[in-house]
Order: sequence, then C-alpha cells, then structure tokens
Amino acid sequence: MKRSPTLIAGLAILGVWIVAALLGRHLTPQDPYADDLLHTLTPPSAAHWFGTDQLGRDVFSRVIVGARDILIVTPLATLLGVVAGTILGLFTGYLRGAFDAVAGRIIEAMQAVPLVIVALLALAAVGTSNLTVILVIGLVFMPLIARTVRTAVLAEADLDYVAAAQLRGDGPLRIMFAEILPNVLPLVLVEATVRFGYAIFFVASLSFLGFGIQPPSPDWGLAVAENYSLIGSYWWVVMFDVLATASLVLGVNLTADGLQTVFER
Amino acid sequence: MSAALAFQGVDVSYRAGGEDRRVLRDLNLSIAPGEAYGLVGESGCGKSTAAFAAVRYLARNGRVSRGQILIDGQDVATLSARELRHLRSHKVAMVYQDPSRALNPSLRIGRQMAEVFEVSEGLTGRPALERAQDMLARVQIASPERVMSAYPHELSGGMQQRVVIAMALSINPALLILDEPTTALDATVEAEIVALIAELRREFSTALLFISHNLNLIARTCERVGVLYAGELVEQGATEAVIREPRHPYTAGLLRSIPRPGLRKATARLETIPGFPPRTGAEVTGCIFADRCPIATDRCRAEAPPMADLGGRLSRCHYPDQAMQIAPRPSGEREGPTQWEGEGAASEASLSSSHYPAESPPHPPATPSPSPRRGEGSKPLLKVENLSKVFLGDGKSLHAVNDISIDLHTGETLGIVGESGSGKSTLARLIVGLIPPTEGAISLDDEQLAAKATQRLSSQLNKLQMIFQNPGAALNRSQTIRRIVGRSVKEDRLRALAHDVRLADTVLNQKPRQLSGGMQQRVAIARAFAGEPQIVICDEPTSALDVSVQAAILNLLADLQEQRGVSYLFISHDLNVVHYLADRIAVLYLGRLVEIGPTEAIFSGPRHPYTEALLSAADPNRARLKGDPPSATNPPSGCVFQTRCPRKLGRICEEREPELIDAGSGHAIRCHIPAGDL
Amino acid sequence: MWLYVGTMPVSGAILKFLLKRAALSLVTLWLLSLLIFAAGQLLPGDVGRAVLGPLADARAVAAFNHSIGADRPVPAQYWDWIGRFATGDMGTSYVFRSSVGPFVGDALGNSLKLAALAFVIVLPLGIAGGVIAALNAGRWGDRSIVILGQTLGVVPEFISGIVLILVFGVWLRWLPMSADWPDGAGPLTQLRYLILPSLPLAVSFFGYIARVVRVGTVEALDADYTRTAVLKGLPWLTVLRRHVLRNALLPTITVAASLVGYLAGGLVVVETLFHYRGIGSLVYDAAKAKDFPMLEAGVLTVGALFAAASLIADLMNALLNPRLRPR
Repeated sequence: MKRSPTLIAGLAILGVWIVAALLGRHLTPQDPYADDLLHTLTPPSAAHWFGTDQLGRDVFSRVIVGARDILIVTPLATLLGVVAGTILGLFTGYLRGAFDAVAGRIIEAMQAVPLVIVALLALAAVGTSNLTVILVIGLVFMPLIARTVRTAVLAEADLDYVAAAQLRGDGPLRIMFAEILPNVLPLVLVEATVRFGYAIFFVASLSFLGFGIQPPSPDWGLAVAENYSLIGSYWWVVMFDVLATASLVLGVNLTADGLQTVFER
Repeated sequence: MSAALAFQGVDVSYRAGGEDRRVLRDLNLSIAPGEAYGLVGESGCGKSTAAFAAVRYLARNGRVSRGQILIDGQDVATLSARELRHLRSHKVAMVYQDPSRALNPSLRIGRQMAEVFEVSEGLTGRPALERAQDMLARVQIASPERVMSAYPHELSGGMQQRVVIAMALSINPALLILDEPTTALDATVEAEIVALIAELRREFSTALLFISHNLNLIARTCERVGVLYAGELVEQGATEAVIREPRHPYTAGLLRSIPRPGLRKATARLETIPGFPPRTGAEVTGCIFADRCPIATDRCRAEAPPMADLGGRLSRCHYPDQAMQIAPRPSGEREGPTQWEGEGAASEASLSSSHYPAESPPHPPATPSPSPRRGEGSKPLLKVENLSKVFLGDGKSLHAVNDISIDLHTGETLGIVGESGSGKSTLARLIVGLIPPTEGAISLDDEQLAAKATQRLSSQLNKLQMIFQNPGAALNRSQTIRRIVGRSVKEDRLRALAHDVRLADTVLNQKPRQLSGGMQQRVAIARAFAGEPQIVICDEPTSALDVSVQAAILNLLADLQEQRGVSYLFISHDLNVVHYLADRIAVLYLGRLVEIGPTEAIFSGPRHPYTEALLSAADPNRARLKGDPPSATNPPSGCVFQTRCPRKLGRICEEREPELIDAGSGHAIRCHIPAGDL
Repeated sequence: MWLYVGTMPVSGAILKFLLKRAALSLVTLWLLSLLIFAAGQLLPGDVGRAVLGPLADARAVAAFNHSIGADRPVPAQYWDWIGRFATGDMGTSYVFRSSVGPFVGDALGNSLKLAALAFVIVLPLGIAGGVIAALNAGRWGDRSIVILGQTLGVVPEFISGIVLILVFGVWLRWLPMSADWPDGAGPLTQLRYLILPSLPLAVSFFGYIARVVRVGTVEALDADYTRTAVLKGLPWLTVLRRHVLRNALLPTITVAASLVGYLAGGLVVVETLFHYRGIGSLVYDAAKAKDFPMLEAGVLTVGALFAAASLIADLMNALLNPRLRPR
C-alpha cells in the first residue's frame, strides 16, 4: 500500500476524537454536567482551559464528552445507508426493468429536496431521538449511495465476465453478490468514507437546529445552538465546539481522500 | 536537402514508479523529403512514442533522454514555444488512430478546419472557411458544404478520418505522421482511406511516417519499412525486400504468424513467436530478441548485435543470413510442430517455475484432417431458424439481425464474416441466449432452446459455450484463474484443462491482471471447455491481440477441435483468419445473410459482390466500395447492399430483395445477378 | 446519418424533449407530494393534540381536527390537499390560522436574493479553482485545492457561519452580524447585510463546483481533440479557451442546477443562524411547530424550484452541447 500523508493525518485526528468518545468522562478534568453558578461565563484560564458556559460548566470537559453521541450516531447511520444503498444499487443496476424505473423515480423525488429538509420533515413526523436520527439519515443516504453503486453496476454488467457467468448457469443473486459486488467494493468503501463526512455534516446541522442529538448531551452542535446568541461578548462558549466540529470533519475528509488515493494506486 | 524527419540515436524514457524506463533505444532513422516510411511493430514496441517524440508531444512523464530529432533540419528539442508552434502549423501534421476522438465534439467541422488556416496563413472568416471547404473536396468528400456544417458525431468513422486527413494536409506539410490511421475502421473503409492516402501523398509530395501493426498496409503505402521491437529498430529496408526476404528473426516470425491467403488449418499450422517481449523499460544484455529467437546462440545472449549494414538495408542481428531459414514456407504441406510453438513457452516457464508442458502435444500426423462430418444425410447439431432481433430505442427500431437461418454440424467450423453493424456479434449473443430474439427458433440436438440462457438447462448451457472478444473484460478481475475456470471442476480436471490450453499450473492462483492478453484468452478458452461443450461460439477472439499471439490462439483452437470434435461458430472481420479456420463461411451485411457456402467455394467464386469487396479490400488493384455502410436504423430498400454495390443492376435492386439462391454444393448467394455471371 | 441540422426541426425537437422532461418533473413532484403527505400522516397521536399541546381540552382538540379535516379518510385528505395545491391554494397554517401562500411567497423572494448572491460569489471562484487545479493535476496546487474544497464542502454552514461572524462581525466589525436589515433599507444596504449570510453557502459549494470543473477539465486536457488542437500549432490560450474549456465547462451547468436544490438545505441553517426570513427558516419554524400545511407547502416549493432549475439546465445543455441535442 502506498503511504499517504493525508491518510495518516486524517486517521490521527479521527483517532483523537474516537479516544475522547470512548474514554469520555475519564479524560475530563471536571464534571461536564456540574453547574457552578458562581463562575458563569468565565474566560479561558488555568482552572478552566476553555472557560465556562452560562451555567458555569467547564467547556473543555464538555467538548471532550461532546464527541460521544455524534460518533455513535454518524457511523451507524452511514453503515445503514451504505449497506441498504449498496443492495438497492445492485438490484436496480443489475435487474433494471420496471423495478429500476420505479425505484429511480422515487429516488429522484427524494433528491428533489435537500437532505436537511427531508430529514427535518421526517424527524418532525416521527420525533427526534438518536435512533430516529440514525434511521432517517441512513434512509436519506440510501438512494444517494444506491445511485452511485447502480452506475458502477451498470458498467460492470456490460462486461463479458457477467455474460460468462450467465452462460455457466449462475442465478442473478449469485452474479450480483459473488461476481459484481467484489468489483464495486472499493468504490463502496470510498463512498462510505465520503458519506461518513456528510453524516457528520448533517447530524451536526440537525443538532444545531434542535432536530438531532438532544439535551442534556454536551453535543457540539447543540452547544453552539444554545450559546451562539452570546457570541458578541463570550466567544469561547461557541468557538471551541466549532473548532471541534471542524477538526472532526477535516479528519474524516483527509481519511476519505487518503483512502481514495490508496485505492486508485 | 535535409531529411523530412531524422532520429539520431534517440532514447525516450518514461518515469514511472520512481525510475526511468527506456521505451525507445538508440533509434536511428531518416525519411527523405517525399518518401513514405513505414514503422511496424506490435503493441508496446514504442512506435507511437516515436511519433509523439517527433512532434514534441510526449506525456508529462516522458522525455527524450538522448539523441536528436530533426524535422526538416530543425532540432525539435531546441525550439522555443513559438518556433514549435510554427513547426506544427507549417511543417508537420498528424493523423491519429481514432478519428472519432480526434475532433472536438462541440465545434462544427468547418470551424475546426478553418482554424488550421488561421494559424498557418492568418486567414479568418469567409476565406478560411472557403479554403476549408476546398480541402474537404480534395479528400473526396462528396458534399463538402454539408460536412462543413456538421458536428463530428454526425459523421461516420471513415468520413471523420477524411476530415482529419484534410486538416493535416491543409498546411501542405513536409512531413505527415499517420499513427494507425485505419485501425478503428472497417476493412472496406480502410481500403478507401489507404488508397486516398497513397493518392494524396503523390499530389502533395509530402513525406510520410506511417505507423502500423499491419505489415500488409505498410506494404501498400510505403517504399521503406522499419521494424520496431521492444523499443529497438531491428530491421530496415525496402518494403518489398523486407517482406520477401527478412533479415531479422523477429521480422521473419512476424511474417509467418500472419494467416496468409491459402493457409488452412487442415494443412498447416500458423507459426508463432514463443515467449513475451521484455517488460517495458527492462534493460537487457545481449540481443533484445534472444530470449524468443529460435536461432539465438550464447553470443546473442552476451553481446548486443550492432546494426549491420547489408547493402541498402539494415539488420540488428549477429546472423542476418540465417533469418531466411525461418521465413515463410510455401503453404500446402502440413507442417509438424516447430519450435515456434505457442505464445509463452520459454519465458512463461521462467515466470512460473515448474509443471509447464515442455512441448505442446504433437499435432497428429499429416493425415487429411477429419473433414467436417457433414453431408446431405447428417442432422445438424445446431439449427438456427429465421432468427431476428430488433432493438427499440429513442423511437427508432434497429434491425440488428434480420431473418437469419444457419446450421452447424458436429466438428464443423462455420465462419461468420461481416463489418461493424453487420449483426454478427448480436447473432452470437442470440444463439447463446444472452439476449432474447424478437423472432425465430434455436435448437440444439433437436431440442428447442429457451430464449434466455437463464431459462436453459445446465446441460444445454454446458454444450453451448462462448469465447469473447476482449479477454480482459471477460474474466472477473477480482477472482483467481482457478475460480474463473471452474468453481465446480475438480482439481485434477482443472490441471488437465490448464495443460490443454498450455497454461502453467501456477497461473491458476493468479488474477487476470497478472496475465498477458494471450494468456487471458487461454483462460477464457479453458473456461469454455470446462463443461465439455459441443459448440463453442468464438466472437472475434483474437481481434484484441497482436498477430503473433493471434496465431498461437488460432493454433490452440484448431488443436482443441481436432482432439474433441467440437464445433465452432467463428466470428471475425478478418477473412484470412476465417479462411484459415472455417469449413464454411457465412457473410453478413446489415443484419442480412448475403452469402453462405463452403470456404473453398467462396474463395474460388462465384461470390456476392459484397464478399468480393471484402476479399479485394487488401488488393489495391481491385475496385473499391464507395461510401459508408448505411445505418441499420434506416436500411436501404430492396437489396441491403444496393447503395454501395459496384455491380448494381438498376431498379430491381432497389425494389426487390433477392432470394438466397443456391449456386450448388451448399453454396447460396443473395443476389439478382445469376451465379454464373458473378 | 443526420447531416442536416436545420433550425426548425431542432427547435421542434428541443420543444418535444423539454415537454417530455417537464412531464417527468411533474411525476417527480407528484411522488414528492405523496412522500411529504405520508410524512404528515406519521405524526404520532393526532394533529390537534400535537399542535394544541398536552394540556388542551379534548373537545378543543376534536374541534380543531374537524376544522382542518383531519378526521376524514386519508386518501380524501390527500386529494383535497393536492387538488387545492394545484389551483394555487397552499392551505391554511395551523399556527397562524391564515393562508400559507403569502408566507411562502415572501420567504421565497428573500431566499432567492440570498441564493443569487451566493451563486454570484461561488460560481467564478469554483470554476477558477477547478481549472487551476486541473492545469496542475497531480501536483501540490491541485491537491490543496481539492482537499480544501472537499473539507469546506462538509463543514456545516453553522460552523463556517460562526467563524465568519466572529471574524467579520465581532472582531473586525466590518459587516452586520445578522441579516435583519432595518426597514426601508436600500438595495445596497440589503446587499451589505446579505454578504455574511451568503458566504457560508458559497464556502460549502466551492469544492463541489471546483471538483466537477476539475474533472471535466482534466478529461478535456487529456482528450485526443485537445492534442489535435495543440498539434495544429494553435497558441495555448486558444487551445484552452476554444477546445478545453468549451467541453469541460458543459457539465457545470447541470451541477449548478442541482446545487439549487442543495442550496435550500443550507438556507435552513443559514437563515436560522442569521435571523433571515426565507424559505429555509419557514420550513424550519413549521417543522418545530409541527405546522404541517406550512411545512408541506415549503417543501413542495423547494421541490418545484429544483425541478425548474433542472429543466433550465436541460434546456441549456440541449442548446449548448451538440452531442446531447435531441434529433
């Protein structure tokens, strides 16, 4: 495997946040949930590296623990979308016909509206919890991944190894999963890392809007939503959550880009 | 007067994986003004690199690392950007392999043509367009004003290539470089383009560098030829002399591997060149061809031969006089196996260690080969009746295969010949059930076959197998050869199969990517034979391969047929290949069967005017077909061939389609002209 | 062969092609309306309870449900809703108890201003970035543009928005921190208020546009026709302009159109962050209040906008790309 500096940098950033998410409370100097009404909105200092928020809670501790929920929700949502989308893409791309046409139209209808709005609509209807966020994001990702996989499957199905498998008497399921899938798998993996980045984008945005991760989680998007009206005087109550989100996104992206270069060879 | 083009000790290398790889070594050649020089070689030998080095358009990782290239006396490497543009717009022009990609898809032809006069003569607007139109007329385009306003995708391949040629000649260049200019075209169109090039070159008295893998084409256009092997010029001389009397073993081997008219599987094996060319950029001590050379000695392996001047011609061989010993022998007698057996004997063994069959199975003695067990009484193995396929799309219908009936007997080879759009590949896919027919029936051993392969019994599938055109695409790249050849086949049977197609056991554990094109095709053949088929449909199985590899594959197919009595439906655009392998030949044109009959009958005549045109495509003295094949979505009325037929009778041909008329002994021709007059 | 491409048949064919596309868009919108309506039906409990809250009187809830027709069979409700929608009546807001139409109209106008500004900023930058990256393909400059663009593309708009607010609003004090301009402000003042909100949108689309332009340009640079043009001896800038970019930029049209759809997603966040009354904040507020008529109208409007943009892109493609031109 080719060494890729972007991959290494990406994995390093991602690793830091995964450790934060796994160890959480064990890493924080203070209780992220403890109010201290005597020391509200204090600027960064030796006692509070990132300062304190409106309730006097330690921002540094909250940023560390805030990594947890988003790193539970986004990988599961991505996984759901990738698995379901890959299967749908294989079926629509290989079988074509009426099923493909109907699925294609429904996918197009879903894509006529931005994902954030589809998610808002769905979450307004079914209610917001970590589980519904996972399901909704997974489901809105499914058609996008299906479309990418379908395009690749269409190209593969035109290759004569598929014809040869048909002449050997292989059934459609066997051809889809044993012949074609291994050849589109690298693409699926790259797509999964790219989608993971977008999952973070969406979950953070939804949390900011109040339709994602719910209080009392110290989630970053949620923290920004709660505090951004204070931005004029107390920048630290949002800035560190903003930087944390940005760094996570950057880490995922560098990883995706690195993987892409490695696969391309 | 300085040479139109001169290479003086030129090395070209590409930088890949951190190292420089030499793809051209010490190239010396010189083309006099007005001279036509052919450069011939197989894929990867560096011939296109030479062309792009000449016009200083190498890929970014490529560079001329030694020597000089002079065009009309100017050293190309020392030119400033401006001088280089001036050279390209005044002195040298190029025609490329794939004309459909050489033209800008979003500009009208007229605009692209006029651009040439903008840079070369400073003309703009109307005068430039007028000059462009004149130029189109000079390349024998019938209605230049129409072509001027067309976009490239609205023109046929032949027409596009005429436009590219017109563009190139617009500057009246001192040197015209043609890089495989007809490889993407059909045989009859190729014949037209080659004739056009030959005419125009006299008219414009331009020097020609004609690059091709096809020696016959070069023979028709060039006075001198250079043979390139693994980046080295190994032989050079007057074209006729080189072909008649090669002085390098590689040239001799190349000539022998081409199926020549008159060569038949029953009487002769095709010669092949064993082994592989050295890896691109590999540094070899001694002669670069020694590994594959039948007359190589220790001296050849130790000491690189210099270019020997043999009086007007050159050969890079220590023993130039011995090359003749391996020159083509007159055909007629069936030859036993020679050391020229199979692509891949020598270096494959070194590449893959043991178990390689040291010698190919001896060919049976010179008894007349079991002639096809076919006769008036015998029942056909495969019967195709009134098969039609119509593709619908975009409100148009395309009659790809139109009411074709053929049958195939045990042990027989039926060759199917036609150009692109003739429906030959569709016919193959219909028969094996990859696409369902619109009408018609197929029966195997008197059993009616279901329309789709997925509905056929596995015993039926095993009996009827297929070998595809592009082995790279026909093998699943994520699977090992073992898995590709047979999931359900037992190990010892698998090894036997590998042995039969001359593959080493170790290949079984490799992936397709690790094999050469020829070896990939052997794997595909092994897969087709894994279920003991009675019929194998071969869809252009060698057209993606070099000639020396093609010969080995054709030999293999002939061997397998003799050992197993299998029948072939062999599809090809190359009449010589079909002639070598087929017992009977069917000729398709625009989805119609225009002629069918025993191979000898078709080659000795009488024959359909279209078959005649196909046969004469390689012969400069015969009449050429005019125009392009019509579109299959809008076929001509009456006889499908009437729009291009040199022997068209008149209205009857436009109004009524002729019947397939028997000309005796199973030979039938679809023409209004009586067989006796054809 | 179609040698003749006369003017009349082409425009006729294009018209036919567009009608076909328009019909397909209508099918898409209809399916979308079904999906939206289905989402509305998923609301747990009944609508009246959700809107009026847990403390409301049961009779009041029933009366509310009856007044909005929620006690009728579902298909009847759907046909009623979609039928009125088709005639321009978008329904009545649960929250405001008045017609949804004017709200959507005003919001749409505001959002289009914001979106247009974002496009004006990002389109030239994205195209330039893509072309520069392609010309340096595989080198350092290319990699930085690609990675920068990709990363910016997945930075949530509220993140980039807050950084921009901090830098330009709080620390430098160059631009107003919200889009809420004073009443009666002239176009230039409005523009000043809109710059900051449009930047997060531009930031997130930059990479997307640059990537498509880069891919197209790299492909065109490698194309045989570009080689033909260079070997004709044309000056490099002419080759770039006439042969490379002409073909490379065609896909950008389709991309720009599809961005119109994504843009609306960004608007939800940006308009909320900058307190701007647009279609995004309308959808957001409606979702928060579970005001389904408003929500449905907003979402369907966004869908219609996207369909219209795709249609315009198809038309431009058909006019500019001879290969796609229907015959």
